[in-house]
Amino acid sequence: MAAGLGGVYREAMSWVENLRDWRPTLHALAGLGVGAVTGALLGGLVLGWLAAIWSLVDGPTGGWELAVFYVVVAAAGPVLLLWGVQGLGALQRARFGAALGVEIPPPGGRDGAWLRPVRAWGAPATWRQLGYHLLAMTVGVAAGALVAACWSGPVLAVAYLAGVWDGGRRPGIGPGLGAVVAAAAALAAAPWVARAVARADEAAARALLGPSRGEELAVRVESLARSRAEIVAATDAERRRIERDLHDGTQRRLVSLAMQLGMARNSLGDAPEPVRQVIEQAHDEATEALAELRQLVRGLHPAVLDDRGLDAALSGIAANAPLPVRLRVDVATRCSPSIEAVAYFVVSEALTNVAKHADAGHAEVTVERAGDRLRIVVSDDGRGGATLDAGTAAAGDGAGTGLRGLAQRAAAVDGTFAVHSPPGGPTTITVELPCGS
Amino acid sequence: MRVVIAEDSVLLQAGLTKLLTDGGFEVVAAVGDADQLLRAVGEHRPDVAVVDVRMPPTHTDEGIRAALVIGRQYPEVAVLVLSQYVEERYATDLLSERTSAVGYLLKDRVAQVADFLDALRRVAAGGTALDPEVVAQLLVRRRADPLDRLTPRELQVLQLMAEGRSNNGITEALRVSPSAVEKYVSNIFAKLDLAPTDTDHRRVLAVLTFLRS
Repeated sequence: MAAGLGGVYREAMSWVENLRDWRPTLHALAGLGVGAVTGALLGGLVLGWLAAIWSLVDGPTGGWELAVFYVVVAAAGPVLLLWGVQGLGALQRARFGAALGVEIPPPGGRDGAWLRPVRAWGAPATWRQLGYHLLAMTVGVAAGALVAACWSGPVLAVAYLAGVWDGGRRPGIGPGLGAVVAAAAALAAAPWVARAVARADEAAARALLGPSRGEELAVRVESLARSRAEIVAATDAERRRIERDLHDGTQRRLVSLAMQLGMARNSLGDAPEPVRQVIEQAHDEATEALAELRQLVRGLHPAVLDDRGLDAALSGIAANAPLPVRLRVDVATRCSPSIEAVAYFVVSEALTNVAKHADAGHAEVTVERAGDRLRIVVSDDGRGGATLDAGTAAAGDGAGTGLRGLAQRAAAVDGTFAVHSPPGGPTTITVELPCGS
Repeated sequence: MRVVIAEDSVLLQAGLTKLLTDGGFEVVAAVGDADQLLRAVGEHRPDVAVVDVRMPPTHTDEGIRAALVIGRQYPEVAVLVLSQYVEERYATDLLSERTSAVGYLLKDRVAQVADFLDALRRVAAGGTALDPEVVAQLLVRRRADPLDRLTPRELQVLQLMAEGRSNNGITEALRVSPSAVEKYVSNIFAKLDLAPTDTDHRRVLAVLTFLRS
């Protein structure tokens, strides 16, 4: 019982809420106006155009000026109609935005369409918009009128009771009571009717005024591809920045430190043994730190990669690998900087992986460009059995390292990654990257 | 011997100046970019210029390009290029312009003061000093391989030769007898089909030509 009462109360409150929400009503009334304008404008254009064509076909009467006028109208008709369709479409979308706060994006492929009516008339978007306008000037107008009628039910009922329609003769009790009940019911239903009309209108608009599903997906794919490319580029930029910072900062300080210690070591002369030992050890440590840092930074983004390209940059990592590496690069035309950076990372990371896990005696790196593809093959004569997760799991590193990291970097630029590594070896990693942007 | 230093880091410029001065060189100018370097070399005509690779304005290969200009305009001035990274491509550029009185070393090497001063003197005297790392990079590039015919020891000797070491230098580095080194060297030349030469300098040239071919 209480629940029933509560339900009734909630219903009543939501009715009041609905009453307060006048936006669907406003939307429907605006739709009534715009629909009427649409009908007049499009109807007028179509009629004028048909009339001009009919006059031409039928043989123009009167002076040559009239014939020219018909030709101009016949030629301009489709263009004006197109502008009408697109202009009204924009107006309708604005109506949704202003009245309901519903954002309906314009259909794609509009650029230049204004100037190319033929292509625009070939586009489904134009015909869908036209379809919406046809709905708007018929169903839309009717629905707007219905909403208006619901709200103005009491006024209509009073007018009826006052005998406005029937030449001053007031209706009898029966019809009078019926009119009052009908007016009350219409008023009560008005918010729902308005909302239902708005919802149906919105559905129609989304289907006809906005981009189609395919267009939406195309736009989405484009924006995803763009943001992904931006992330890749940002990663590159970050690596370059870190490399430059280390080069200009820490590395210089370390060189200076090692140099000072070297000079100290050289001028020790007959210094006591403990002092000598400390200085010598410090000097060795500084030298080693320098070498380690150089190795680390070399893996980031060497300046020579931008300057002289992939071919030149790969010598450094191949020569620094802790096992003998043979390098063969055949890239006549350079790829885009971001692809070069990915390729460099792939080789660097693959060689690190070989050194860490493969237990190999030799490694071979081949980089060649075939058409628009850059093909990178890193093979070793190690124990094999490498899987995507081997590098990560065994080394305990975070994401982005090991073979999975390689696969991710390749995938981020629409590249492919394959690893062939039977137990017992040998292991071959093949990465193919698109050379373009 | 008179030296011009080009290094854009004030810290390292001061350090190098001290190191070279202590080592018996006279530092006649220490500058921070390639333009100033060329002016200083033109003005002072030093025996040797010590040049950093990455300098303003672009911080890429200014030093290499300046070294090439020095090689053309002042062939009597030796050039030792220093860098935090060595690149075989830059080495190839350097050696294409001049094959004597030229050196290319990692900056790390200045920490081994005595070795570094030796290398600088060698370059100033018309010799060659290539960083072992550059030689390793050149070796990575070899394909169809006569190098495979070399024993590991002979390969070591080849690398030391390519760095610009004399027989004496190789003897010291490997701690073997001079006669053993001579034998390795003649083996290498035979296996690589190189004409045997007696002077250190022409020997380096032969090896480098082989590695770069």
